[in-house]
Parts: sequence; C-alpha cells; structure tokens
Amino acid sequence: MEVDVLKKVPVAEQDPDIRATNFEEVNLGYTKEEALAEATRCLNCKNAQCMQGCPVSINIPGFIAKLKDGDVEGAYDVISLSSSLPAVCGRVCPQETQCEAKCIRGIKGEAVSIGRLERFVADTAKDMGIKPKLPADLVKKGKKVAVIGAGPSGLTCAGDLAKMGYDVTIFEALHKAGGVLVYGIPEFRLPKEKVVAKEIGNVKELGVKIVTDAVIGRSLTIDDLFEKEGFSAVFIGSGAGLPRFMNIPGEQALGVFSANEYLTRSNLMGAFSPDSRTPIMRAKKAVVVGGGNVAMDAARTARRLGAEVHIVYRRSEEELPARKEEVHHAKEEGIVFDLLTNPTEIITDENGWVKGCTCIRMELGEPDASGRRSPVAVEGSEFTIDCDAVIMALGTSPNPLIKTTTAGLEVNKRGGIIVNESEMTTREGVFAGGDAVTGAATVILAMGAGKSAAKGIDEYLKNH
Amino acid sequence: MFEIVSKTKLADRVWRMDVVAPLVAGKAMPGQFLIIRVDKDGERIPLTVCDFDREKGIVTIVFQTVGAETERMSRVNVGECFADVVGPLGRPSDLVDLPIEELKAKKILFIAGGVGTAPVYNQLKWLYDNGVKVDCIQGARTKDLLILEDEMKAVTENLYFATDDGSYGIHGNVCVALQKLWDEGVRYDHCVVIGPVIMMKFACQLTKQLGIPTVVSMNTIMVDGTGMCGACRLLVGGQVRFACVDGPEFDGHAVDFDQALQRSRLYKTQEGELMLRLTEGDTHSGNCGVCS
Ligand SMILES: Cc1cc2nc3c(=O)[nH]c(=O)nc-3n(C[C@H](O)[C@H](O)[C@H](O)COP(=O)(O)OP(=O)(O)OC[C@H]3O[C@@H](n4cnc5c(N)ncnc54)[C@H](O)[C@@H]3O)c2cc1C
Ligand SMILES: Cc1cc2nc3c(=O)[nH]c(=O)nc-3n(C[C@H](O)[C@H](O)[C@H](O)COP(=O)(O)OP(=O)(O)OC[C@H]3O[C@@H](n4cnc5c(N)ncnc54)[C@H](O)[C@@H]3O)c2cc1C
Ligand code: SF4
Ligand code: SF4
Ligand code: FES
Repeated sequence: MEVDVLKKVPVAEQDPDIRATNFEEVNLGYTKEEALAEATRCLNCKNAQCMQGCPVSINIPGFIAKLKDGDVEGAYDVISLSSSLPAVCGRVCPQETQCEAKCIRGIKGEAVSIGRLERFVADTAKDMGIKPKLPADLVKKGKKVAVIGAGPSGLTCAGDLAKMGYDVTIFEALHKAGGVLVYGIPEFRLPKEKVVAKEIGNVKELGVKIVTDAVIGRSLTIDDLFEKEGFSAVFIGSGAGLPRFMNIPGEQALGVFSANEYLTRSNLMGAFSPDSRTPIMRAKKAVVVGGGNVAMDAARTARRLGAEVHIVYRRSEEELPARKEEVHHAKEEGIVFDLLTNPTEIITDENGWVKGCTCIRMELGEPDASGRRSPVAVEGSEFTIDCDAVIMALGTSPNPLIKTTTAGLEVNKRGGIIVNESEMTTREGVFAGGDAVTGAATVILAMGAGKSAAKGIDEYLKNH
Repeated sequence: MFEIVSKTKLADRVWRMDVVAPLVAGKAMPGQFLIIRVDKDGERIPLTVCDFDREKGIVTIVFQTVGAETERMSRVNVGECFADVVGPLGRPSDLVDLPIEELKAKKILFIAGGVGTAPVYNQLKWLYDNGVKVDCIQGARTKDLLILEDEMKAVTENLYFATDDGSYGIHGNVCVALQKLWDEGVRYDHCVVIGPVIMMKFACQLTKQLGIPTVVSMNTIMVDGTGMCGACRLLVGGQVRFACVDGPEFDGHAVDFDQALQRSRLYKTQEGELMLRLTEGDTHSGNCGVCS
C-alpha cells in the first residue's frame, strides 16, 4: 500500500446519507493493511512529544513499533501498561488536541493517526481473544478498596488497584456499568456490546467485583463502607451530575428535554430500537442548544430518529467545544448549525407542546475570563425556528448526594470535590477523580485521574 | 436476587408485594422511593417504599397497574425475581428530622388519595412507632378502591374516609372531608398530601386558604432517579427542582401543579400503544388509527 508521509492513511466511514438513518458505527476502523501502512509514518522519536499530549502517557512509539512488526499482542501489552480502555479512547479521545497535537509529523503534514492505531490494536486484540494480564508476580495485599461509580475513572482506578493486588469492589448506581460510556455516548460512536461491555469484562477479568443497583449516599454511605463493610480506602468517581437549564420561558413545555434524558433513553434504555419499551420522542424538527460533544451526540441521535436538526450555539464555529471530527460528521449528516444564535423563549401550542424556539442573533465581544470572546446579543434580531422539540445541552452542575452524606468531604465553589496531588479528598482515606472533581471533561482525563488515585491509594495504604 | 416473597391483590388493579432488597430495606426512611426493573429489558419504575423490615431485608411496595410496565410487574409471582431493585432514593420526609417533642406538639393531618395511601402509611407507621398521634383522611373514588384499611386504622388517632360516590365514609372528595372537619372546629397546623397530582393540587388550594403549611410528594416521570437525567424536573416557587434528588417531597403551596400535570402526559400516546400491545398481543394490529 502506498503511503503519502504527509497525510494520514484515510479510514473508511459509513456513507453520511445511509448512516443518518441507522445506529451502526460511523467510523469503520483501519484494516490490517491500512494500520500497518499508517504505522510506518511514525518516526519512533527518541523524545516522543506525542506521549506528553496523552494524559495517561501511553508509550506511543513503543506500541506503534510492535505494530509495525505485525506484533499486535505486543502492541496491546504496551498500551495495557497505561490504559485499561484502549478501544474506547481510540474512538472518543479528542486526539487532535492531545497526543496527535504534539506529534512531530504534524509540523509539516498530518499527525500520525494515533487514535485509529490504538483502536485497531485494541479491536484486533479483542478478536484474537487477548486479555490484559495480572502481573505474574502479583502478591495479594489483603486489603479492600471500594470504588464509587463504574465510569471511566472508577473502572481505571479499580483495574489498576486489582493489578497491585487489592481486593476491589465497584458500587454503581445504575443497572449497568460504564457511566457516560453506556448512557451518554451513542452507539454509532461507541458500540455498547462490542466495545464497552468487552472492556468492562476485561476489568472484571482482573478480579474486580461490580455491584450494580447500589447508590452510595443512599443504599450505603461512605461511613458504612469503612465501618461496616471493611473497606480501607474509597475512590469517588461519580461523574458530572445534573443537567443545567437556561431558565427561559417555555422551558417546561412538552418536547423540551435535557440532552442527558434524551441520550439516556436512547442509549442506556435502548429506546432508539423500535423494540424497546422505553419511549422517546421522535421529533419532526429539533433544535439542540449547545456546542459540545453532548450537543453533537444529541443532535445526531435526533437526526437518526428521523428529525431535521438545528444546532443553536451562541458563539462562532471556532469556539465550538466539540471534537472537530464530531462537528464534521454532524454536518455531513445534514445537521444545520445556527451559530452566534441564542434561544430566548420556547413557544408552545394550546396543549403545551413545543411549536417553536425564538432566538436572538449574537456577536462576539471582548474576551472573557476564559479567554474566549463573549457573545453579546444583537438587539432587535429575534427570529423563530419552527420545531417540535428542543434539547438542552448546556452542561451540568454537581450532584450533591455524596457530599451531603459524607462528613468532612469538601467541595469547591462550583461543587467539584477538592483533592490534593495524590487525589485524596479532605476526608482521610477517601480519594476522588474524573468529572466529580473537574466538572464535565473527557474520558481520558477521568482515566488519568483514576490511575493517579490508584497510586495515591496504594501509597496511603502502605502506611495504614 | 430480588425475589418476591408475598403478593396480594388489594383492590382492582392494586397490588401489594414484599420483595427481598437488603440494601433498600437497610436504609429506607419514610418518604423515600425505590426503582424496579421487572426484567432485563424493563423500564425503570419508581415506587414509594411502603414498608420495610431491616432485619429480613424485605421491602413492601403497593402499586396500581396504569400502563404496560406496571401491568407486567403485576404478572410476576411469588418465588420469581425482579431484575433490579435500587434505593432508597430521594430525601426522607422532613418530619423524620424534627425532634419528637416538636412533632408531638403539632396537630398533623395526612391526606391520602388512591395508591397514595401506601406512602402515607409508611410515614404514619413511623410516627406511631415514635409515639406521635396524627389524623388521616383517606380518599378513593369508591369503597372497593380503599386499600390498607386495617393497617391505616392501627397507626392513626382518627382515620376518616371519603368516597366520591358516598359508598363509604364522608360523601365527597378529600377536600370536602377536610372542609367538613374544619367547619366542625377541628384544627391542624401541618398537612401532608399524597395522591394523584390533581388531588394534591386541589387539596393544596384548600389548605392554603385555611392557612395550613402543606407538604406533597411529587410522582414525576423519571428515568435514572439518581440525579443525572433531568426528566423529573418541576417548578417549585418558580425554580427548576428535581424530584429524585431535591424531593420527592416539596412545599405544596409552591409547586406548579398545572405544569406537573402537563408534563406527566409526555409519553401518553407511546405508552398507550405499548399497553395495547401487551394486553391484546397479536390481535392488536395497530391499523385502526385509534392509538396513533
Ligand atoms: C453525551 C456525552 C458525550 C461525550 N463525548 C465525549 C468524547 O467524545 N470524548 C471524551 O473524551 N469525552 C466525552 N464525554 C465526557 C466523558 O464521557 C466524561 O468526561 C467521562 O465519562 C467522565 O468519567 P467519570 O468516570 O468521571 O464519570 P461518569 O462516566 O459520569 O461515570 C460516573 C458513574 O458513577 C455512577 N454514580 C454516580 N453517583 C453515584 C453514587 N452515588 N453511587 C454509585 N454510583 C454513582 C454513575 O451512575 C456513573 O455510572 C462525553 C460526555 C457526554 C455526556
Ligand atoms: C417518587 C415516585 C413514587 C411513586 N410511588 C408509587 C407508588 O407507591 N405506587 C404506584 O402505584 N405508583 C407510584 N408512582 C407512579 C409509578 O411510578 C407510575 O405509575 C409508573 O411508572 C407507571 O409505569 P407504566 O409503564 O405502568 O405506565 P406508563 O405506561 O408509563 O404510563 C401509563 C400512564 O401513567 C402516566 N404516568 C407515567 N408515569 C407516571 C408517574 N410517575 N406518575 C403518575 N402517572 C404516570 C402516563 O402519563 C400514562 O398516562 C410513583 C412515582 C414516583 C416518581
Ligand atoms: S489515550 Fe487518547 S490521548 Fe492517549 S494516546 Fe490514546 S488517543 Fe491519544
Ligand atoms: S511524535 Fe509522532 S512520529 Fe514521533 S513517536 Fe510520537 S507518533 Fe511517532
Ligand atoms: S429522574 Fe433523572 S434526574 Fe431525576
């Protein structure tokens, strides 16, 4: 296969017109030939910059070198040293701002397609039946650690602790493990059975127990975990919390949803399938408010459920916080972007159903505290988009449950749990990481925090 | 797993079940609820914890079959299991946080409508066990729909019945009954109303007029019930609140009931079709146009 060293080997994708009507994966992944060809683009740098862009410092040249030799198992072992969810990260990491942003190839041409290679290795290893291994010289520590939440941070922390010899139990509030990977990110980006369930299976394979239907703070408190259940340390990876709304007139109307509700119905409860018992609104025309990954996922889900979709975002294209690839895919699927636009009111019919969304045009003013130019409304520029559904994807605010039921656990102004450099909270023996600490962020940052907490817990338990 | 250890039919379409769920039974307090999934494809159904036995790890639920999922739940038998039972969820009733002496000094009235009797019973029992005497008005459309009569009598000082058709107790709804008591000079300084939204709405209008602070329990549509999805939102005092984490109990004089009533209709058509499919099976072809 011929390779242009300046360009990524392209990857096959489902045709936009076809995929807009199904929930199959959009990106089809590299074939072996393509992966090996792409791998030759890596320069195997001594001082690999790409690794600094990866929050879990995967040995990128290391795994690509094995792959070049056709040694998928070897490549998988290298990745497994740093990541327990490579098939997930290869698919959903914002590579263009992380590992690939730092790749030396990116200076003159396109970066090495690290994400696609990682996905190829993880998927192929899975097909070959290769699993992560416990270290051969593993010594059981004889201590129990509890992990709250089976999202990426909790799964990673649990997997790492198991590899160190701890007896780990994850407590998950929902009936299924995976966190946002099962209820948030849609099937067409991250297949649930083929990828997520398998990766969770791998964590269980390491000896981690997962108890579903257990809400910490309600079914058991953190005090119970220490005093009654005999755990020596606790990790909190409970995620980002409750969806925010705009507080504009009409927001309680029938047909207004939070993206979390809409996506949870579709993903966790499987409502996208006509066989599901969970109802979901199949809108004719939907307005999705927001510009992040969550907004893109909600928009593309509504599209697949048959709607014409408009994304309404108050800043410009440049500020869209979603991954570039998702924006690109959304556009290909026919989603309309109404940028520099902000909703002011939701209009309803006589039965209380949404019939339109009034918006106002915005222009960019001076940069705000975050360095982004803040949008200012253009007076008198209101107009109405006719629609029968409005989906709000405006971010989240922390769930107060664990804080209010755990004495000595402090949170910051925004409600994020406060931790020190080894991820320990203000309560001794209790660690935290992921969205519960940072607010909504990324899968890989949550995993990085879970890893670092596992180290912190190990240090702490050496002395306790 | 979550085995059903007893099952009784209390009235037409109303069932009582005792279910093994140690994590819920271990912590449940009056006012809280749990979520059940009947089987691996089930929806998440919120139900109030009606009673619990901490030692045996058993919880009691009382539910009415209103749609396909509750209908399916009623078909599960003793010895069989639910796929999931999770809880307790929501905040315990504010009453359980008050000092017992303060509770004893209060004149408290409970108003229970329909299957709302189940959650009321749990609170009454807790108060009774703590030596607090309270009154209750229990309402139903007709005598045959009154449930838990003996249990309710055992834990109340005065139990009044109200039936819409006058077949038992006071002739009229719970508001008629409260007005009647008030006119007779009976006074209360705290009221808890649990039942259908429409009943809570009118009962709250009356207690507001009479100047009795009133608490209601809101049974909104829910998905996760843990504070993640936002489906259970409602307006209380003009603010967005979430029934599963901020509630389910709220100040009845601040809740926007009309909006809550409206939101409960959200999935009516889709749920109606599911129910038809379940009860009529293949004979329901979906072509007559009635359900679409
Ligand atoms: C729709 C959507 C799309 C996204 N797309 C991307 C993307 O493309 N790329 C990317 O990198 N990131 C993406 N993100 C962000 C990413 O998914 C999150 O940052 C990440 O999942 C956070 O992981 P976490 O482990 O901290 O929490 P979560 O994944 O939220 O997991 C928390 C878990 O804890 C459980 N839990 C909560 N409270 C309790 C309790 N009291 N007791 C027991 N269990 C509890 C929850 O049920 C949940 O399972 C997306 C997020 C969403 C919502
Ligand atoms: C905190 C809480 C506590 C509850 N406690 C009890 C209880 O102790 N006993 C009991 O019988 N029910 C209780 N409910 C109501 C119960 O959850 C619903 O009746 C049930 O979810 C309906 O499911 P279904 O699939 O059978 O009906 P669906 O097919 O979903 O709906 C059938 C009809 O009922 C309406 N409906 C749907 N959900 C609700 C709801 N939450 N409340 C009222 N109407 C609804 C629908 O609009 C529709 O018209 C409680 C609800 C909440 C939120
Ligand atoms: S985990 Fe994410 S950031 Fe790290 S190498 Fe893989 S794709 Fe890049
Ligand atoms: S920076 Fe790029 S070229 Fe260098 S090792 Fe990393 S992936 Fe390979
Ligand atoms: S039911 Fe999902 S937030 Fe309350």
